[in-house]
Amino acid sequence: MKGIKSRKIRLVVNGHIHELEVGGRPGQIKPSHTLAHTLRETLGLTGTKVSCDHGACGCCTVLMDNQAVLSCMTLTVECDGKKITTIEGLKDPKTEGLDPLQQAFIDHTAFQCGFCTPGILMSAKALLYENPLPTEEDVKEALSGNFCRCISHYQVVRAVMSASEEVR
Amino acid sequence: MANTYRYIGKATPRKDAADIVTGGSRFLNDIKMPNMLYGKVLRSPHAHALIKRIDKSKAEKLEGVEAVLTWEDVPDWRGGTPRCTRILDRKVRYVGDAVALIAATNEEIARRAIGLIDVEYEVLPAVFEMEEALKPDAPQLYDEFHGNVVTPGVPFFGPKSLQEVVMGDVEKGFQEADVITEGTFGYENIPNPLPPEAPGAIALWEEPNRVTLWVSNQASYMDKITLFHVMGRKVEVRTIGGPCGGSYGSKFMSWQVQTYATLLSRATGKPVKLIFTKEEHLAAFTMRIASRMTARVGMKRDGTVTAVSGTWLIDTGYYSMTTQSQVAVGCGEVQIAVRCANWDLKPKIVCTNRNASGIVRGFGGQELKCTLIPLLSLAMEKLEIDPFQFLKKNFVKPGDGYFWRDGIWYTYRGVDFSKAMEGGAERFGWGKKWKGWLKPSAVEGTKRRGIGVGVHGNADIGEDASEAYVRLHPDGTAMLFSCVTEHGTGQRTNFVKMVAEVLQLPLDNVSITPADSLINPYEFGPAGSRGTYAIGSAVIAAAEDAKRKLFELLAPKLQAEPSELETADGVIFVKGHPEKKMSWKAMSVDRTITGCGRFEPDYTLSNCMMTFVEVEVDTETGKVTLCRVVNATDVGQVIDPLGLEGQLNGCLGSGGIDSALFEETILDRSSGHILNANMIDYKWRTFSELPPIDHVVFETPIPSHRFHAVGVGEIATSPGPAAVLMAVSNAIGIWLHEYPVTPERVLKALGKVRPRDRKGGVA
Repeated sequence: MKGIKSRKIRLVVNGHIHELEVGGRPGQIKPSHTLAHTLRETLGLTGTKVSCDHGACGCCTVLMDNQAVLSCMTLTVECDGKKITTIEGLKDPKTEGLDPLQQAFIDHTAFQCGFCTPGILMSAKALLYENPLPTEEDVKEALSGNFCRCISHYQVVRAVMSASEEVR
Repeated sequence: MANTYRYIGKATPRKDAADIVTGGSRFLNDIKMPNMLYGKVLRSPHAHALIKRIDKSKAEKLEGVEAVLTWEDVPDWRGGTPRCTRILDRKVRYVGDAVALIAATNEEIARRAIGLIDVEYEVLPAVFEMEEALKPDAPQLYDEFHGNVVTPGVPFFGPKSLQEVVMGDVEKGFQEADVITEGTFGYENIPNPLPPEAPGAIALWEEPNRVTLWVSNQASYMDKITLFHVMGRKVEVRTIGGPCGGSYGSKFMSWQVQTYATLLSRATGKPVKLIFTKEEHLAAFTMRIASRMTARVGMKRDGTVTAVSGTWLIDTGYYSMTTQSQVAVGCGEVQIAVRCANWDLKPKIVCTNRNASGIVRGFGGQELKCTLIPLLSLAMEKLEIDPFQFLKKNFVKPGDGYFWRDGIWYTYRGVDFSKAMEGGAERFGWGKKWKGWLKPSAVEGTKRRGIGVGVHGNADIGEDASEAYVRLHPDGTAMLFSCVTEHGTGQRTNFVKMVAEVLQLPLDNVSITPADSLINPYEFGPAGSRGTYAIGSAVIAAAEDAKRKLFELLAPKLQAEPSELETADGVIFVKGHPEKKMSWKAMSVDRTITGCGRFEPDYTLSNCMMTFVEVEVDTETGKVTLCRVVNATDVGQVIDPLGLEGQLNGCLGSGGIDSALFEETILDRSSGHILNANMIDYKWRTFSELPPIDHVVFETPIPSHRFHAVGVGEIATSPGPAAVLMAVSNAIGIWLHEYPVTPERVLKALGKVRPRDRKGGVA
């Protein structure tokens, strides 16, 4: 593509380094590609879900340097040098054991259809990085950008509180 | 009563839980296939037009485009009831109607190709209002539907399919009444159930006449049957259902997107994935029916309803696939909620030039009750009758009856729900808070509180047929064959629990097949609340049949009668003599045992949900806040407590309670465009706005189910909206007649803003 210098960007996704070429050919990262697109289509990490594709519903939330970002509103070319964590990377990399948050979601059946759950889990994880001992109000505020239509909200809040209580 | 079950009624993790929390669940859009193409739809910008000419040559020349199909290229496949809606037609009937289908090597190319198709339209006058559509000179949507009235009746429900509620003598009923009231209420905000996962399909056509579809649907076996009829009964359809990212009824019927993918695969010989965008989901996939009722109600001082007479207008949008079914079930449901000897309630389904209505939780009954309960309330107000007492008194009791969807009279043999209702009223504090009609329960400065109550019941818990197999293996495991997809209710796990309970196996030793129509028997699917009772009974029967066959096979080896045997954890033993035992291995390692189960429809049972709400109205701003919700029900026996809680919490979303508070699809009634077809402008409840919610769940055993349980999930959304309208009306002392209770409507009722002329906007 004219005007775009051939260059590489480096992403660390779930602990794995990915060197990706920017360009217009198949397999390259186009400047218009969103992080959600790259994760799902280029890297095959389909655990991250896209619902509104509009930055409104939080479904596609992933962590960038441990902070929650909407991957459908983030361009991949802006992520050079960043550490990205997706739902697939939430497990303990050494033991392969579930994160306490994931276990709490299982124990509280904190989901129904489960489509919005990866995004909710990543938002909750970002909250716990920032504030390991949140109040219920903190949890609700942190998740207020996550759409869930089944109304798993009440059980989610309980699960996040119980995961944080393990830290207490 | 102590729970003596091993699994039933106990909290157990969902079978799919680990996949869901690790991102391992493969939803439809996560599937990729070699050589897969991506489909897109060119949609009409006009609400009503004839296609005069389409030039697709430029699009076809674009590199990567493999097929462009218009109405001239496709067979005469039709959907709708009756089947009048062509899959692609020369005429478009709403803004968003499909004009052309494109398949390309990636989505971007397919999107670009849309812009290269040149269409010349002859724009026709359009109609967006039911009353307008019924006028003699109104634009006609179909040659088949004179006056835009859709042919009533549902062939699938039989020759007497319920089309109205007519019985007794309404004139006599009105003479017996102490008070007669009349009015009009509308529930016309056409909320979208809006599952997070957009509708879609992947199709692979094989010549000459076979298609395999990967679907993300609520009832994948029924897709096969629906598509068979749509495709002229000449195509062999196989459906493979995976996890469904929310449905709430809507994805029971996805024939259009499935057929688009099929046609594109047929044209290219390659697998085609077609997933709607969120805008298409909101503007071109089905939403709630619009309901408007004008009726007279006769009532006695003691709360006996003596007569109901009137018209129920239903706007189905540009076509109906299931609206007649919803009307039939709604007409049945209304008799369950309101005991009355004299009815003359005449529904009329009308076509207009907007996106189509379809299935949403509540299935006709919610839409009907949102208009009828306020009408009954006008009479209750005159007679100073407490609505809680009224709804309790008039809900179906054992020995009462109703005409169900097939037009046949059934005598109700379920439980009396009065106790559960009283339990709910007590938890809510109804007795203390009820101050009378149009009176707030509390006033603090400019804030006024009000309470309301609604009720809903559906005899669909035993509707339609289900079949299942259970296969036993010598290694002490069992496999359930059932064509049920997981759409969020947890029922796939619950059926595994039922099998494990019957066979006394560890939960890990029971699996369930993928929802593939090729390997599983007939299954109507978890529609309405039929999962627990109807599907559950088929599953239980299959497990019992397998167990019986196992005992018959091994009884001689244990020198016992089959009736003397029991099994647990893959070991068979003689009752009372646990030492006389043998492992399932004794069936021989080269054998499996398969049990079959079938459930036959049974309309003599209903479920029930009563919802109490308290709202606070800010009389300065008009904002309504939901302060508290209490749901009351009786489920016979809880199968999974956390799953049940989730279903009941669901009362807020998917076009439920919030459809009375703020949710609406905003249709520009001059152009036919939907103005809020995105998730910023379409309002939904966030985590920071959760009201306290409480569920009062009774367990009165139902004898005809092995675990004494009935389903209740579907109806959680249904009683709430009418309760909200009642609560807000009580808070401000003025009847509101429309949903949702937006600040504008509240302030208008309070006389604080002038009625705005919104000719171009929503009513």
